[in-house]
Amino acid sequence: MPGLTPGSGLDDDMTDTNLDPNAYSPGRLMFRQALTHRGLLLGFFIVASVVFVAIFAPLLAPHDPYEQVLSRSLIPPIWSDHTDVTWEHILGTDHLGRDYLSRLIYGARISLMIGFSAMVISGIIGTTLGVIAGYFGGRVDMVISFFITTRLSMPVVLVALAVVSLVGSSLTVVIWVLGLLIWDRFAVVVRSATQQVRGRDFIASAEALGSTTPRILIFEILPNIANHIIVVATLEMAHAIILEAALSFLGLGVQPPDPSWGLMISEAKGLMFFDGWLIAIPGTALFFLILAINLLGDGIRDVTAPENKA
Amino acid sequence: MLGFLLKRLISAILVAITVSSITFSMTFLSGDPAIALAGENATPDDLQAIREFYGYDKPIPVQYLNWLINAVQGDFGHSHYLNQPVAHEIFDRLPTTMTLGLCALTFALLLAVPLGVVAAIRPNSIVDRIALGIAVIGQAMPSFWFALTMMLWFAINWGILPVSGTATWKHFIMPAVALGYYITPGVMRLTRAGMLEVLQSDYIRTARAKGASKFSVLFKHALRNAIVPVVSLAAVQFGFMLGGSIVIETIFAINGLGFLAWESIQRADLPMMQAIVLVLSLFYILLTFISDVLNAWLDPRIRIG
Repeated sequence: MPGLTPGSGLDDDMTDTNLDPNAYSPGRLMFRQALTHRGLLLGFFIVASVVFVAIFAPLLAPHDPYEQVLSRSLIPPIWSDHTDVTWEHILGTDHLGRDYLSRLIYGARISLMIGFSAMVISGIIGTTLGVIAGYFGGRVDMVISFFITTRLSMPVVLVALAVVSLVGSSLTVVIWVLGLLIWDRFAVVVRSATQQVRGRDFIASAEALGSTTPRILIFEILPNIANHIIVVATLEMAHAIILEAALSFLGLGVQPPDPSWGLMISEAKGLMFFDGWLIAIPGTALFFLILAINLLGDGIRDVTAPENKA
Repeated sequence: MLGFLLKRLISAILVAITVSSITFSMTFLSGDPAIALAGENATPDDLQAIREFYGYDKPIPVQYLNWLINAVQGDFGHSHYLNQPVAHEIFDRLPTTMTLGLCALTFALLLAVPLGVVAAIRPNSIVDRIALGIAVIGQAMPSFWFALTMMLWFAINWGILPVSGTATWKHFIMPAVALGYYITPGVMRLTRAGMLEVLQSDYIRTARAKGASKFSVLFKHALRNAIVPVVSLAAVQFGFMLGGSIVIETIFAINGLGFLAWESIQRADLPMMQAIVLVLSLFYILLTFISDVLNAWLDPRIRIG
């Protein structure tokens, strides 16, 4: 589509006599591109479904995810050719006779909640550091870059495990530990995006107008690097969800009896050689959620900043 | 070059010192370390004895300095659980983790670099799409689930590979794949991007014009230049992998550093945990330093800029 790129809008605006001028607004353009981007649509559709399921979990779950019926444990899912299968438990039951589908549905809540909260915490820390480093440069940049390097040198999984084990595991602890650990990519990306923006004329004019520094950072720079932040935010949310699953899998994340997908895999570990579906179901759910978030992030990057396409 | 080297070295040392202080501060995360060791019902005398034995009665900066000075000399303290020097156990386990890491890295490079090259030859072709698909799937697959699934099929259902342990080279195949697969996407994307850029350059056109074979152009002329950033990424990712090997080693019962970390976390063996975090961080710092120097040596623009 020559002439339709947002950057070249100036010439097109002059010749809009026989064309709908709205077609050239960057927002419309992005929206139209988004509608034709298959990865983005697929990712959005899956993420939206998981969010929907998570929000309406109490209405959608066929059983209480905590209710144990030991006489009905380890019923295989409905597609198995086993005689025990029942439509009452479509995905079967776990070793304590809890409905697997209901646990999966409530597990979506925990994954999304931890992923989202940890991403917000790390986003605030990383964006703040990145904007400051990118805008001020010089010594400030040196110090913040030093913090980023230091953070990158520490192994995330190991530090998270050690800290959670020392402080004691709970939902809040997991969120904070992950949030305080994974801000590095935010800081790196925001820093370089800010460096690109700060040399532009509208920053100079804002400075000339006497805008205060916080005002420039928040109202001039942040909106112009928002697309980078959104892309990193999706990727980091996926990262946080994987880390939570890994922590829960190792027994130091979400604690039983709460349903977390990582914990479900961990609880089924001993039985997986006899009942492989016990790890296949939550694992597949985890895989598709992370895949979808990543597709969404990559899609947003393609649509908002075509030049950054890898 | 010397100035660049010195600057990078000083910054690496500063990072190492900062990491060590963060690692040291883990001592105080669970409250009073003496109570954590002695238990809730310890007498004040016991507590006092423990404080004196481990040096917890001294001011915190003094404790930190003592710990740091000992660590620099290779003494990471005494394990609370194993009743022997921490360093001894760590150096016992380190070779296993290194072997696993190198196997995983080899696997990742053997998969990612050819895929990246092939993808770059015909961008947007079917091969490129497949390569991209592998990358996207690799990023989305939790390594512990991938490991368990492989174990289920290759070891139990088909019986081709051993379930867990480290007895033969066959035992390393699944763990190396599980660990290495995670870094494949990054390496592949970078190889592809590098090759795409290099293949556009003048000297490739010259090489083609003088009649060099396709193979020679791709692998002798192009890949050699595109591989430089890949090597430095691989070095950095190797450090990441060692940190992430805790999950894989736990699943496959591989008696390496990651498994030791997992055991010490369960035993609340703080000196051991701190030492492992520190050793892995230092290793990572060393790897990034080497890769920076390597890059600067190969590409003069970096040392000047």
